[in-house]
Amino acid sequence: MSRRSATALALAALVLPLTAACVPNDTAGDGASGAATGPLTVRSTADACEVSATSVPAGPVTFSVTNAGDDVTEFYLLGEDGLRVVAEVENIGPGLSRDLVAQVRPGTYFTSCKPGMVGDGIRAEFTVTESDSAVTPTGDTADQLAAAETQYVAYVKDQVGALVAATQEFADAYAAGDDAKARDLYASTRVHWERIEPVAESFGDLDPLLDLREADLEDGQTWTGWHLVEKDLWQPTPDANGGVAYTPLTPEQRKAAADDIVANTAKLQAQVTDPDFTFEAFQIGNGAKELLDEVATGKVTGEEEIWSHTDLWDFQSNVDGARVAFEVLQDVVTAKDPDLAAQLDERFEALQSLLTAQGSVETGFTPYTDLTDAQVKELAAAVDALSEPLSQLTATVTGA
Amino acid sequence: MPAPTDPHDEPTTAARSAEPAQPGPGPAMSRRALLGLGGGIAAGVAAGFGLARATGVAEPATAVAPVSSGPGTYAFTGAHQAGIVTPAQDRLYLAAFDVTTTSRDELVALLRRWTTIAARLTQGLSAGPYGPASGPYDAPPDDTGEAADLPPAGLTITFGFGRSLFVGTPAPDGTPGTDRFGLAGKLPGGLVELPHFAADNLDPARSDGDLVVQACADDPQVAVHAIRNLSRAAFGAATIRWTQLGYGRTSSTSTSQRTPRNLFGFKDGTANVKAEETAALDEHVWVPAGAAAQDTTDSSWLTGGSYLVARRIRMRIETWDRTSLREQEGLVGRTKGEGAPLSGGHEHTEPDFSRTGRGGAPLIGVDSHVRLAHPDQNEGVRMLRRGYNFTDGNDSLGRLDAGLFFLAFVRDPRTHYIPMQTQLSSHDGLMEYLEHTASGLFAVPPGVPEGSLPLGADGTPVTTDDGPFVGEALFA
Repeated sequence: MSRRSATALALAALVLPLTAACVPNDTAGDGASGAATGPLTVRSTADACEVSATSVPAGPVTFSVTNAGDDVTEFYLLGEDGLRVVAEVENIGPGLSRDLVAQVRPGTYFTSCKPGMVGDGIRAEFTVTESDSAVTPTGDTADQLAAAETQYVAYVKDQVGALVAATQEFADAYAAGDDAKARDLYASTRVHWERIEPVAESFGDLDPLLDLREADLEDGQTWTGWHLVEKDLWQPTPDANGGVAYTPLTPEQRKAAADDIVANTAKLQAQVTDPDFTFEAFQIGNGAKELLDEVATGKVTGEEEIWSHTDLWDFQSNVDGARVAFEVLQDVVTAKDPDLAAQLDERFEALQSLLTAQGSVETGFTPYTDLTDAQVKELAAAVDALSEPLSQLTATVTGA
Repeated sequence: MPAPTDPHDEPTTAARSAEPAQPGPGPAMSRRALLGLGGGIAAGVAAGFGLARATGVAEPATAVAPVSSGPGTYAFTGAHQAGIVTPAQDRLYLAAFDVTTTSRDELVALLRRWTTIAARLTQGLSAGPYGPASGPYDAPPDDTGEAADLPPAGLTITFGFGRSLFVGTPAPDGTPGTDRFGLAGKLPGGLVELPHFAADNLDPARSDGDLVVQACADDPQVAVHAIRNLSRAAFGAATIRWTQLGYGRTSSTSTSQRTPRNLFGFKDGTANVKAEETAALDEHVWVPAGAAAQDTTDSSWLTGGSYLVARRIRMRIETWDRTSLREQEGLVGRTKGEGAPLSGGHEHTEPDFSRTGRGGAPLIGVDSHVRLAHPDQNEGVRMLRRGYNFTDGNDSLGRLDAGLFFLAFVRDPRTHYIPMQTQLSSHDGLMEYLEHTASGLFAVPPGVPEGSLPLGADGTPVTTDDGPFVGEALFA
C-alpha cells in the first residue's frame, strides 16, 4: 500500500463516523463535511466481507478491496433490490487489492463479496446518506447504453456491407490487371475497414490476415491482405525495398491475393451479421480510444500506407469511427460528465477542421508525403489533444 | 587490478573471485585522492555525491548493499568479466564500434590498450599514468579529466565481439561479408544473425557493430568518461558506430536490490537470474565448455563467457498513458503497485497460469507479457537481464523517444532469446505499445585472469607488448 492511500485511509477512519453522525440527511447545510468521503476498505475472506463503514455520504466513493482469502473474489455494490449491480470489481486474485470507484446517490444498497465467484455472495446493508456533493441523476443509463449498443452494431453492419461491395470491385480490378482502377479504389474501399477496425480486431486473426504491414511480419510468415496488394500497386524502388529489386506478383499471385481479401472480408461480414454479435458499451468506448491510438502510432507518422501514401484516408476513417462511437454514447456522457462531452465535441471539431483542410473521403486527400512537417505536427497535436479526454470515455459511461 | 596504494584494496577474496565483488566500504574517496593528487577536495565532493544518492528514487528501502551507500570499486579481473553479475548500477553508457583497421595486430593492440584503461578506470585511476592535470606541458593530458573529482561509482567495463568481426557484414542481396582478421574459423555457434522478429523496425545505423563496450556506473559522468577515453584510445583502429545512454536500471541482478520500474511504470525483471543463484548462472548465463564441442568452428575461447543481447525498445508511452489500469495490468499480467502476478500473492509469488476468474478466463491472460516471457512457456530458459530506461530527446511530433534498452546475458541466444522473442513479438499484447528500433548481439569473452596484468613503476596497470587482454584466447 502506498503512503498516500494509507494516509487517506487514516483520514477516512476519522472523518467518516463524524460525517455520518453530524450531517445525516442534511442537504442544505454544512457542505464541507458532506464532501469528505475517503476510501473505504473491504476485506474479503472465505467467510467474511468486512467493509470499513456501513454508511457514506452521497458522492464519489472508493472501495479498496483486498482479497485476504485463498480463492479469487469479486466485490459488488448492489441496489436496494439486491439484484441491480451498481458497480463491481472482478477477478481479484488472493492477496491482491483493487479499487472500485463509484458515484453513489442517497439510498439503501448492499455490499457483497463473492469468494470463489459462486453463490449470492456475503452481503451486508450499506447506506448512502444525503450530502451536498451533487451526483447527477443519470436517468435510465441502462436503457441509454442498450440503445447505444444497438446503434453502434447497426453502424458496424452498415460499414461492413459497404466494405464487402467495394472490396469485390477493387479485387476484380486488381486481379484483372486494371492497376489504374485498383489504385483509384484502394483508399476509398479501406475507409469502411478503418472506421470499424477495433471490431475486426476483436475477431482475432482477421485483422492480421487483412491488414498486416510488411514490417509486422516475422521471418517465414506468409503475407496476405491489403498492404501486400498496396505494395504491388505502388511498386517500390530497390532503395525503398531494403536494397533489392521488387518482384511484382504474377497474375496467379494477384488472383490469390485478391481472393484472400474477398474471402476474409466475407468472414468479417458473417461475424458481424451473426444474431449473437454484440458490441458492449465498454468495447465501444475502448474502441474509440483504440482508433485514435491507431492514428497516433500509424497514420500520423505515415507508416500505415508506406507505398500508397493514402494515410490521410485512413486517418479520417479512424476519426469517423471514433466520432460515431462517441456520438452513440453522447447522451450517457452528457448526463454523467457534461464538461467531458463538451470538450470531446470541441476537440473532434478541431481535428476535423485540420483534416478538412486536406480533403475529404469524397474528393480525396493530400498524399501524406505532401504534408509539411509543421502540418504533420499540428495534426499529431490535435490527435493527442482529443485522445486524452477520449481515454476517459469508457470509465465515464460504464462507471456507476 | 587496483594499485597497491588504492585504499579500497582490502576486499581481497570477494573482490577477486568470480563472485560479485562488493565495493570497498571505506570512506568516500575520489580518484584524485587515490592518486594522491587532491584528497582535500575529495571529501567535499564525495559528500555531495552521497547526498544526491540519498534523494534517488531507486534506493533500496534497507540499504544493505554497499554499492549504493557510497563509492566503490569492483575488480576488473576474474574468471568472468565484471558488469554481468555485478549488482546493476544505476547508469549505463554503451558503445558499439566498427573496426577501421584491417590489421589483426592493430586490433590486438587496441584490445590491449582497452584492457589496461578499463583496469585502471574501474579502480578509480585515470586513463593514463599522468592523469588529467599532469604530464608534459606541451602534450594533451592522458585522461580527459571530467571524472577527476568523482568517486569510482562502481564502474564496470565489459567488452564483447559482434558477428561482423568474424565474418564481416553481408550485402542486402545476401553476398557474404569479408573475414578481415582471419577469425571466421572461431565464430561461435550462438553468434548468429538474429531473425527479423514481427514488427521489428530496426535502424541499421544504431544496430550491430564489430565491438561493444558496456560501461555501467552509479554516476553517468563516470560511465561517459570511460567510453570517451576508450574511444580516444581507439582512433585509428576503431570508431564509434552507435552509443546508448541508460538510466534507472530496469533489472536487479542481486537479491539485495529492489526490483526497479520501467517507463511503463511496472516492476521489471522480477524473475531475473540473480548473482546469488550460482547454479542458474551456470545453466543460463555462462557459456559451458561443452558448447564449443557442438560448434563446427573453434569456439573454445568463449568458454566461461556469455552472449549479450541488446535491443533498443521504444515505448509508445503517450498512448500507454491513456490506457486503463485494467488493460495495463492485463497486458503485463501483474499488478502495477506491488508487481504481484494477477493470479494472486506477492511480487515473488510464482504466477499460477491455470487459475481462472470470471467466465473461466485465465487471470493471467494468454497474451500477457508475464505468461509469454515466463520460463514455463519457454522450456525453462532464463536470462540475466541488465537493461536500462532511456530517453533520447523527442521525435518531430513532440513525443518522447523513450523506452527500454534491453540488455540480457545468456549462454546461447538460439535457446535463450530467439524462441522467446519470436513468441513475444507476435503474441504479446504489450507489442501494441512497443517498437524494437535497434538490435545487437555480441559474444562476451571470459575475464582477464586475476593478478595477470602488468604493473608499471607506480604500481598501476600499464600496457606492454605481451600483456594479457580481454578476449586473448580468440587470437591465440
